[in-house]
Amino acid sequence: MSEPEPDSEARRIAGEARDRVRFEEEALGLADQVYRVARRLVGTREEAEDLVQDTYARAFRSWRSYTPGTNMRAWLLRILTNLNIDRGRRIQRSPDLQPLEETDYYLANRVAESQGEQALDQEKVVESLSQDSIVNALSSLPHNFRDVVVLVDIGEFSYADAAQILDVPIGTVMSRLHRGRRQLKQRLAEEATA
Amino acid sequence: MTGDPTGIGDCEKCEELLQGFLDRELTDAEHELAELHLNGCDYCRRRYAFEASLRRYVRLSAAERMPPGLMARLVQLRGTDAQA
Repeated sequence: MSEPEPDSEARRIAGEARDRVRFEEEALGLADQVYRVARRLVGTREEAEDLVQDTYARAFRSWRSYTPGTNMRAWLLRILTNLNIDRGRRIQRSPDLQPLEETDYYLANRVAESQGEQALDQEKVVESLSQDSIVNALSSLPHNFRDVVVLVDIGEFSYADAAQILDVPIGTVMSRLHRGRRQLKQRLAEEATA
Repeated sequence: MTGDPTGIGDCEKCEELLQGFLDRELTDAEHELAELHLNGCDYCRRRYAFEASLRRYVRLSAAERMPPGLMARLVQLRGTDAQA
């Protein structure tokens, strides 16, 4: 077999180097958004930093498996959630007993009871909840629920993207999201009325 | 708050559509159904408004910027080769 012509081989190598640099630049441009999601999937800042570093290390090694033009942020988050599950940091504890989970209007109803119906119209009414209580309520969710709530509510992924990232059916995303948000609101209501 | 005295659909149905509505994941027909109800029902309209505010506030509260130094470490990972 003859070697490829030196010229075309050189062009191929140069083209690949360009593709790679383009990939790396695009991935690095998403790092802040990737970190935001990672931070809420794990307990501490250090774990989130480790997880993001390991994600980028793997992404840079396997950049050829990314299809240009597809959603790179979802691609990175898929690596990240897989790493997080592999590490077992995401220890699955049994979900707390949630006898009711109430309804979707639950927290709004509690607020209306204490502050009146008109309070619900005010954009600022939610600010009576402390930001710490929201972060705590998120981290107290059972992991399966938290993953979905974080991807959709913090990462702003669609149901379909979240399903692909977590490798579960879209119906599972919807039911976990629904139950996760209800539990979140239940915990916030406990906090607000404590 | 339930039943359909007004012909605009009931509040229970509207509550069911809340999540999909705010996530922009409803079908056109479902979206229309929700809007029709919301236009005539202050009770549900206020609860949708509250939920939308809550979503924004949760996103804001949970957002934490990347720690300084992390980006530099990520940049150093560039050029790592699968074959290496």
